[in-house]
Amino acid sequence: MSSKINYTLHLADNALILGQRNSAWCGHGPVLEQDIAITNISLDLIGQARSLYQYAAELTGGGTTEDSLAYLRTEREFSNCLLVEQPNGDWAQTLLRQFLFSSYQFYLYQYLQCYSDTRIAAIAEKSLKEVSYHLRWSSEWVIRLGDGTEESHRRIASALDELWRYTGELFLPAGYEKDLAIDVAALEYDWSKKIKNVFAEANLTVPGNVFMQTGGKSGMHSEYLGHLLTELQYMQRTFPGCEW
Amino acid sequence: MNSTTTDIKTIWSYLEAIKDPEIPVLSIVDLGIVRDILFCKDEVEVIITPTYTGCPAMDMIAASIRAELAAKGFSTIKITHSISPAWTTDWMSEKGKQQLKEYGIAPPNPTQQVCNNALFAPDEAVQCPHCESWLTHRISEFGSTACKALYQCDKCREPFDYFKCH
Repeated sequence: MSSKINYTLHLADNALILGQRNSAWCGHGPVLEQDIAITNISLDLIGQARSLYQYAAELTGGGTTEDSLAYLRTEREFSNCLLVEQPNGDWAQTLLRQFLFSSYQFYLYQYLQCYSDTRIAAIAEKSLKEVSYHLRWSSEWVIRLGDGTEESHRRIASALDELWRYTGELFLPAGYEKDLAIDVAALEYDWSKKIKNVFAEANLTVPGNVFMQTGGKSGMHSEYLGHLLTELQYMQRTFPGCEW
Repeated sequence: MNSTTTDIKTIWSYLEAIKDPEIPVLSIVDLGIVRDILFCKDEVEVIITPTYTGCPAMDMIAASIRAELAAKGFSTIKITHSISPAWTTDWMSEKGKQQLKEYGIAPPNPTQQVCNNALFAPDEAVQCPHCESWLTHRISEFGSTACKALYQCDKCREPFDYFKCH
Protein backbone atom coordinates (compact mmCIF):
# COMPACT_ATOMS: atom_id res chain seq x y z
CA MET A 1 0.00 0.00 0.00
CA SER A 2 2.73 2.49 0.86
CA SER A 3 4.33 2.04 -2.55
CA LYS A 4 1.05 2.98 -4.15
CA ILE A 5 0.82 6.11 -1.99
CA ASN A 6 4.41 7.02 -2.79
CA TYR A 7 3.89 6.50 -6.49
CA THR A 8 0.68 8.56 -6.53
CA LEU A 9 2.55 11.33 -4.69
CA HIS A 10 5.39 11.16 -7.20
CA LEU A 11 2.92 11.69 -10.07
CA ALA A 12 1.16 14.47 -8.18
CA ASP A 13 4.42 16.23 -7.24
CA ASN A 14 5.59 16.21 -10.86
CA ALA A 15 2.37 17.90 -11.94
CA LEU A 16 2.20 20.39 -9.06
CA ILE A 17 5.82 21.56 -9.28
CA LEU A 18 5.73 22.10 -13.04
CA GLY A 19 2.34 23.80 -12.70
CA GLN A 20 3.81 26.13 -10.07
CA ARG A 21 6.85 26.88 -12.24
CA ASN A 22 4.72 27.67 -15.30
CA SER A 23 2.32 29.84 -13.32
CA ALA A 24 5.15 32.31 -12.69
CA TRP A 25 4.81 33.30 -16.38
CA CYS A 26 1.32 34.70 -15.71
CA GLY A 27 1.45 38.30 -16.89
CA HIS A 28 5.03 37.91 -18.20
CA GLY A 29 4.56 35.83 -21.37
CA PRO A 30 6.24 37.12 -24.54
CA VAL A 31 2.84 37.82 -26.13
CA LEU A 32 -0.65 37.65 -24.66
CA GLU A 33 -1.70 34.43 -26.47
CA GLN A 34 1.35 32.53 -25.25
CA ASP A 35 0.97 33.92 -21.75
CA ILE A 36 -2.55 32.45 -21.81
CA ALA A 37 -1.25 29.18 -23.25
CA ILE A 38 1.41 28.57 -20.61
CA THR A 39 -0.95 29.48 -17.76
CA ASN A 40 -3.64 27.18 -19.23
CA ILE A 41 -1.09 24.38 -19.15
CA SER A 42 -0.29 25.36 -15.60
CA LEU A 43 -3.97 25.07 -14.68
CA ASP A 44 -4.24 21.63 -16.32
CA LEU A 45 -1.21 20.41 -14.39
CA ILE A 46 -2.49 21.71 -11.06
CA GLY A 47 -5.85 20.07 -11.83
CA GLN A 48 -4.10 16.76 -12.44
CA ALA A 49 -2.11 17.22 -9.24
CA ARG A 50 -5.32 17.77 -7.27
CA SER A 51 -6.91 14.54 -8.54
CA LEU A 52 -3.76 12.64 -7.60
CA TYR A 53 -3.34 14.27 -4.17
CA GLN A 54 -6.99 13.56 -3.38
CA TYR A 55 -6.39 9.89 -4.14
CA ALA A 56 -3.14 9.81 -2.13
CA ALA A 57 -4.96 11.46 0.79
CA GLU A 58 -7.71 8.82 0.68
CA LEU A 59 -5.14 6.04 0.60
CA THR A 60 -3.25 7.60 3.52
CA GLY A 61 -6.33 8.19 5.65
CA GLY A 62 -6.28 9.96 9.02
CA GLY A 63 -6.43 13.71 8.71
CA THR A 64 -4.51 13.83 5.44
CA THR A 65 -5.97 16.08 2.76
CA GLU A 66 -4.89 17.21 -0.71
CA ASP A 67 -3.93 20.52 0.89
CA SER A 68 -1.79 19.03 3.64
CA LEU A 69 0.06 16.99 1.03
CA ALA A 70 0.75 20.00 -1.18
CA TYR A 71 1.38 22.61 1.48
CA LEU A 72 2.81 20.88 4.51
CA ARG A 73 5.36 18.37 3.30
CA THR A 74 9.03 19.29 3.33
CA GLU A 75 11.44 19.30 0.42
CA ARG A 76 12.79 15.81 1.15
CA GLU A 77 9.23 14.44 1.15
CA PHE A 78 8.60 15.65 -2.40
CA SER A 79 9.47 13.03 -5.00
CA ASN A 80 9.08 14.96 -8.24
CA CYS A 81 11.74 14.47 -10.89
CA LEU A 82 14.54 17.05 -11.04
CA LEU A 83 13.49 18.25 -14.49
CA VAL A 84 10.26 19.94 -13.37
CA GLU A 85 11.86 21.96 -10.57
CA GLN A 86 14.49 23.57 -12.81
CA PRO A 87 14.12 27.35 -13.09
CA ASN A 88 12.10 28.95 -15.87
CA GLY A 89 15.13 30.66 -17.39
CA ASP A 90 14.11 32.31 -20.65
CA TRP A 91 11.14 31.34 -22.84
CA ALA A 92 13.29 28.74 -24.63
CA GLN A 93 14.20 26.98 -21.39
CA THR A 94 10.58 26.94 -20.17
CA LEU A 95 9.42 25.61 -23.53
CA LEU A 96 12.04 22.92 -23.75
CA ARG A 97 11.37 21.79 -20.18
CA GLN A 98 7.67 21.52 -21.07
CA PHE A 99 8.41 19.57 -24.23
CA LEU A 100 10.76 17.10 -22.53
CA PHE A 101 8.26 16.55 -19.73
CA SER A 102 5.03 16.53 -21.80
CA SER A 103 6.44 13.92 -24.15
CA TYR A 104 7.35 11.79 -21.12
CA GLN A 105 3.92 12.34 -19.55
CA PHE A 106 2.23 11.53 -22.84
CA TYR A 107 3.72 8.02 -23.08
CA LEU A 108 3.46 7.45 -19.33
CA TYR A 109 -0.26 8.26 -19.22
CA GLN A 110 -0.87 6.18 -22.33
CA TYR A 111 0.64 3.31 -20.38
CA LEU A 112 -1.15 4.12 -17.12
CA GLN A 113 -4.63 4.40 -18.62
CA CYS A 114 -4.60 0.60 -18.81
CA TYR A 115 -3.07 0.20 -15.34
CA SER A 116 -4.74 -2.20 -12.90
CA ASP A 117 -5.55 0.51 -10.34
CA THR A 118 -8.72 1.94 -11.84
CA ARG A 119 -8.42 5.29 -10.07
CA ILE A 120 -4.94 5.97 -11.45
CA ALA A 121 -6.07 4.67 -14.84
CA ALA A 122 -9.01 7.11 -14.86
CA ILE A 123 -6.82 10.08 -13.94
CA ALA A 124 -4.34 9.08 -16.67
CA GLU A 125 -7.10 8.74 -19.26
CA LYS A 126 -8.53 12.13 -18.39
CA SER A 127 -5.14 13.87 -18.24
CA LEU A 128 -3.93 12.38 -21.49
CA LYS A 129 -6.39 14.51 -23.43
CA GLU A 130 -4.86 17.63 -21.89
CA VAL A 131 -1.27 16.45 -22.24
CA SER A 132 -1.87 15.92 -25.97
CA TYR A 133 -2.41 19.67 -26.32
CA HIS A 134 0.66 20.44 -24.21
CA LEU A 135 2.81 18.14 -26.30
CA ARG A 136 1.66 19.52 -29.62
CA TRP A 137 2.03 23.11 -28.51
CA SER A 138 5.48 22.66 -26.96
CA SER A 139 6.74 20.57 -29.92
CA GLU A 140 5.77 23.35 -32.30
CA TRP A 141 7.58 25.90 -30.17
CA VAL A 142 10.76 23.83 -29.97
CA ILE A 143 10.76 23.70 -33.78
CA ARG A 144 9.89 27.38 -34.12
CA LEU A 145 12.77 28.41 -31.88
CA GLY A 146 15.30 25.83 -33.05
CA ASP A 147 14.61 26.50 -36.71
CA GLY A 148 14.07 30.23 -36.20
CA THR A 149 16.62 33.02 -35.92
CA GLU A 150 20.23 32.77 -34.90
CA GLU A 151 19.33 34.05 -31.44
CA SER A 152 16.35 31.74 -30.89
CA HIS A 153 18.46 28.76 -31.97
CA ARG A 154 21.28 29.76 -29.65
CA ARG A 155 18.87 30.10 -26.74
CA ILE A 156 17.14 26.76 -27.17
CA ALA A 157 20.45 24.99 -27.79
CA SER A 158 21.78 26.36 -24.52
CA ALA A 159 18.54 25.33 -22.75
CA LEU A 160 19.09 21.82 -24.09
CA ASP A 161 22.63 21.87 -22.78
CA GLU A 162 21.26 22.82 -19.37
CA LEU A 163 18.24 20.47 -19.15
CA TRP A 164 19.29 17.27 -20.89
CA ARG A 165 21.11 15.96 -17.80
CA TYR A 166 17.76 15.77 -15.96
CA THR A 167 16.06 13.46 -18.46
CA GLY A 168 17.85 10.21 -17.57
CA GLU A 169 16.10 10.02 -14.21
CA LEU A 170 12.69 9.75 -15.87
CA PHE A 171 13.46 6.23 -17.06
CA LEU A 172 15.27 4.93 -13.98
CA PRO A 173 12.69 3.19 -11.82
CA ALA A 174 12.48 4.33 -8.19
CA GLY A 175 11.67 1.81 -5.45
CA TYR A 176 7.93 2.47 -5.59
CA GLU A 177 7.91 2.00 -9.37
CA LYS A 178 9.73 -1.31 -9.04
CA ASP A 179 7.30 -2.46 -6.32
CA LEU A 180 4.31 -1.70 -8.53
CA ALA A 181 5.97 -3.10 -11.67
CA ILE A 182 5.63 0.21 -13.48
CA ASP A 183 8.09 -0.20 -16.29
CA VAL A 184 9.29 3.36 -16.88
CA ALA A 185 12.40 2.12 -18.67
CA ALA A 186 10.17 0.75 -21.43
CA LEU A 187 8.86 4.26 -22.16
CA GLU A 188 12.27 5.51 -23.20
CA TYR A 189 12.11 4.04 -26.70
CA ASP A 190 8.98 5.96 -27.77
CA TRP A 191 10.10 9.06 -25.93
CA SER A 192 13.50 9.09 -27.64
CA LYS A 193 11.89 8.62 -31.01
CA LYS A 194 9.58 11.59 -30.43
CA ILE A 195 12.47 13.77 -29.22
CA LYS A 196 14.62 12.78 -32.17
CA ASN A 197 11.88 13.60 -34.70
CA VAL A 198 11.13 17.01 -33.24
CA PHE A 199 14.82 17.87 -32.79
CA ALA A 200 15.50 16.92 -36.41
CA GLU A 201 12.95 19.50 -37.54
CA ALA A 202 14.30 22.01 -35.06
CA ASN A 203 17.92 21.61 -36.20
CA LEU A 204 18.89 20.46 -32.73
CA THR A 205 21.18 17.56 -32.00
CA VAL A 206 20.28 14.98 -29.38
CA PRO A 207 23.17 15.22 -26.90
CA GLY A 208 25.51 12.25 -26.73
CA ASN A 209 26.78 10.69 -23.56
CA VAL A 210 25.97 13.13 -20.81
CA PHE A 211 26.26 12.44 -17.08
CA MET A 212 22.68 12.13 -15.85
CA GLN A 213 21.62 13.70 -12.55
CA THR A 214 19.34 11.62 -10.36
CA GLY A 215 17.77 11.80 -6.92
CA GLY A 216 14.56 13.81 -7.27
CA LYS A 217 12.33 10.76 -7.40
CA SER A 218 13.65 9.69 -4.02
CA GLY A 219 13.60 13.12 -2.41
CA MET A 220 17.16 14.35 -3.11
CA HIS A 221 16.58 17.59 -4.95
CA SER A 222 18.52 20.35 -6.63
CA GLU A 223 18.88 23.62 -4.69
CA TYR A 224 15.87 25.06 -6.52
CA LEU A 225 13.05 23.05 -4.98
CA GLY A 226 13.37 24.46 -1.46
CA HIS A 227 13.04 28.01 -2.75
CA LEU A 228 10.05 27.06 -4.88
CA LEU A 229 8.34 25.48 -1.86
CA THR A 230 8.90 28.49 0.39
CA GLU A 231 6.85 30.50 -2.07
CA LEU A 232 4.24 27.78 -2.73
CA GLN A 233 3.72 26.99 0.95
CA TYR A 234 4.18 30.46 2.45
CA MET A 235 0.51 31.23 3.17
CA GLN A 236 -0.29 27.89 4.81
CA ARG A 237 2.90 27.96 6.87
CA THR A 238 2.28 31.53 8.03
CA PHE A 239 -1.47 31.29 8.58
CA PRO A 240 -2.14 27.58 9.18
CA GLY A 241 -5.51 26.48 7.82
CA CYS A 242 -6.23 29.76 6.06
CA GLU A 243 -8.84 29.61 3.31
CA TRP A 244 -9.76 32.03 0.54
CA MET B 1 -40.54 12.29 -2.01
CA ASN B 2 -40.79 8.88 -3.65
CA SER B 3 -38.21 7.28 -5.80
CA THR B 4 -39.99 7.05 -9.13
CA THR B 5 -38.90 7.73 -12.68
CA THR B 6 -40.94 10.91 -12.73
CA ASP B 7 -38.96 12.21 -9.80
CA ILE B 8 -35.65 11.57 -11.52
CA LYS B 9 -36.93 13.44 -14.57
CA THR B 10 -38.01 16.31 -12.34
CA ILE B 11 -34.57 16.45 -10.76
CA TRP B 12 -32.98 16.63 -14.22
CA SER B 13 -35.26 19.55 -15.00
CA TYR B 14 -34.16 21.31 -11.78
CA LEU B 15 -30.54 20.94 -12.83
CA GLU B 16 -31.39 22.47 -16.21
CA ALA B 17 -31.72 25.73 -14.33
CA ILE B 18 -28.07 25.71 -13.25
CA LYS B 19 -25.75 27.45 -15.66
CA ASP B 20 -22.03 27.03 -16.12
CA PRO B 21 -20.54 30.03 -14.28
CA GLU B 22 -18.05 30.66 -17.13
CA ILE B 23 -20.71 30.39 -19.87
CA PRO B 24 -23.91 31.65 -18.27
CA VAL B 25 -26.17 30.67 -21.18
CA LEU B 26 -25.32 27.01 -21.02
CA SER B 27 -26.91 24.69 -18.46
CA ILE B 28 -24.70 22.08 -16.83
CA VAL B 29 -27.00 19.41 -18.30
CA ASP B 30 -26.55 20.68 -21.86
CA LEU B 31 -22.80 20.93 -21.29
CA GLY B 32 -22.81 17.21 -20.52
CA ILE B 33 -21.13 17.38 -17.14
CA VAL B 34 -24.07 15.88 -15.20
CA ARG B 35 -23.48 12.18 -15.78
CA ASP B 36 -26.19 10.63 -13.66
CA ILE B 37 -28.71 11.23 -10.91
CA LEU B 38 -29.48 8.57 -8.33
CA PHE B 39 -32.46 8.94 -6.07
CA CYS B 40 -33.24 6.57 -3.25
CA LYS B 41 -35.54 7.19 -0.28
CA ASP B 42 -34.78 10.82 0.47
CA GLU B 43 -31.19 10.88 -0.66
CA VAL B 44 -30.30 12.32 -4.04
CA GLU B 45 -26.88 11.76 -5.55
CA VAL B 46 -25.66 13.79 -8.52
CA ILE B 47 -22.65 12.53 -10.44
CA ILE B 48 -20.68 15.22 -12.23
CA THR B 49 -17.51 15.21 -14.31
CA PRO B 50 -15.14 18.11 -15.06
CA THR B 51 -14.52 19.32 -18.61
CA TYR B 52 -10.81 19.71 -17.78
CA THR B 53 -9.14 18.47 -14.58
CA GLY B 54 -8.23 21.99 -13.52
CA CYS B 55 -11.64 23.50 -14.23
CA PRO B 56 -12.02 26.10 -11.46
CA ALA B 57 -15.80 26.17 -11.89
CA MET B 58 -16.39 22.69 -10.44
CA ASP B 59 -16.63 23.78 -6.80
CA MET B 60 -19.10 26.50 -7.70
CA ILE B 61 -21.16 24.11 -9.81
CA ALA B 62 -21.32 21.60 -6.96
CA ALA B 63 -22.40 24.38 -4.59
CA SER B 64 -25.09 25.53 -7.05
CA ILE B 65 -26.47 22.00 -7.33
CA ARG B 66 -26.67 21.75 -3.55
CA ALA B 67 -28.39 25.11 -3.26
CA GLU B 68 -30.86 24.35 -6.05
CA LEU B 69 -31.85 20.94 -4.71
CA ALA B 70 -32.03 22.18 -1.12
CA ALA B 71 -34.38 24.93 -2.25
CA LYS B 72 -36.55 22.26 -3.87
CA GLY B 73 -36.84 20.42 -0.57
CA PHE B 74 -34.21 17.70 -0.74
CA SER B 75 -32.48 17.19 2.59
CA THR B 76 -29.70 14.73 1.79
CA ILE B 77 -27.70 15.74 -1.24
CA LYS B 78 -24.56 13.99 -2.32
CA ILE B 79 -22.30 15.21 -5.12
CA THR B 80 -19.93 12.65 -6.57
CA HIS B 81 -17.09 13.56 -8.90
CA SER B 82 -16.31 11.08 -11.63
CA ILE B 83 -13.58 11.37 -14.26
CA SER B 84 -13.95 8.13 -16.18
CA PRO B 85 -15.04 7.97 -18.92
CA ALA B 86 -13.46 11.32 -19.62
CA TRP B 87 -15.73 14.19 -20.64
CA THR B 88 -15.95 14.85 -24.35
CA THR B 89 -17.64 17.59 -26.37
CA ASP B 90 -19.76 14.80 -27.90
CA TRP B 91 -21.77 14.94 -24.68
CA MET B 92 -22.86 18.51 -25.33
CA SER B 93 -26.49 18.64 -26.45
CA GLU B 94 -27.61 20.13 -29.77
CA LYS B 95 -29.61 22.69 -27.81
CA GLY B 96 -26.46 23.58 -25.89
CA LYS B 97 -24.48 24.05 -29.12
CA GLN B 98 -27.17 26.37 -30.46
CA GLN B 99 -27.13 28.39 -27.23
CA LEU B 100 -23.35 28.73 -27.39
CA LYS B 101 -23.55 30.06 -30.91
CA GLU B 102 -26.21 32.60 -29.99
CA TYR B 103 -23.99 33.71 -27.12
CA GLY B 104 -21.11 34.34 -29.53
CA ILE B 105 -19.02 31.23 -28.89
CA ALA B 106 -18.51 28.89 -31.83
CA PRO B 107 -19.71 25.42 -30.76
CA PRO B 108 -17.47 22.36 -31.15
CA ASN B 109 -17.50 20.89 -34.65
CA PRO B 110 -19.52 17.67 -34.91
CA THR B 111 -16.54 15.69 -36.13
CA GLN B 112 -13.13 16.12 -34.61
CA GLN B 113 -10.73 17.47 -37.16
CA VAL B 114 -7.43 18.35 -35.58
CA CYS B 115 -7.56 16.72 -32.18
CA ASN B 116 -4.38 14.84 -32.94
CA ASN B 117 -0.71 15.38 -32.39
CA ALA B 118 0.25 16.28 -35.94
CA LEU B 119 2.46 19.35 -35.74
CA PHE B 120 1.56 22.56 -37.53
CA ALA B 121 -1.70 20.98 -38.66
CA PRO B 122 -3.90 23.35 -40.67
CA ASP B 123 -6.37 25.33 -38.59
CA GLU B 124 -9.65 23.60 -38.01
CA ALA B 125 -12.39 25.21 -40.12
CA VAL B 126 -14.63 27.00 -37.66
CA GLN B 127 -17.68 29.04 -38.54
CA CYS B 128 -17.88 32.58 -37.20
CA PRO B 129 -20.77 32.71 -34.69
CA HIS B 130 -21.42 36.37 -35.60
CA CYS B 131 -21.56 36.50 -39.43
CA GLU B 132 -21.50 32.76 -40.22
CA SER B 133 -18.48 33.07 -42.50
CA TRP B 134 -16.12 30.12 -42.72
CA LEU B 135 -13.21 32.47 -43.45
CA THR B 136 -11.72 32.39 -39.99
CA HIS B 137 -8.30 31.66 -38.54
CA ARG B 138 -6.97 30.49 -35.23
CA ILE B 139 -5.13 33.02 -33.08
CA SER B 140 -4.32 30.62 -30.23
CA GLU B 141 -5.32 27.09 -29.37
CA PHE B 142 -5.59 28.19 -25.76
CA GLY B 143 -8.33 30.66 -24.91
CA SER B 144 -9.98 32.48 -22.02
CA THR B 145 -10.75 29.16 -20.33
CA ALA B 146 -9.22 25.70 -20.72
CA CYS B 147 -12.09 24.51 -22.92
CA LYS B 148 -11.82 27.25 -25.53
CA ALA B 149 -9.50 28.34 -28.36
CA LEU B 150 -9.26 31.86 -29.75
CA TYR B 151 -10.24 32.56 -33.36
CA GLN B 152 -10.78 35.61 -35.52
CA CYS B 153 -13.16 36.05 -38.44
CA ASP B 154 -11.49 37.31 -41.63
CA LYS B 155 -14.78 38.65 -42.95
CA CYS B 156 -16.35 40.61 -40.07
CA ARG B 157 -12.95 40.88 -38.28
CA GLU B 158 -14.50 39.97 -34.92
CA PRO B 159 -12.45 37.78 -32.60
CA PHE B 160 -14.40 34.95 -31.00
CA ASP B 161 -14.02 31.94 -28.73
CA TYR B 162 -14.28 28.44 -30.16
CA PHE B 163 -15.35 25.67 -27.80
CA LYS B 164 -12.68 23.26 -28.95
CA CYS B 165 -13.40 19.62 -29.54
CA HIS B 166 -12.03 17.47 -26.77
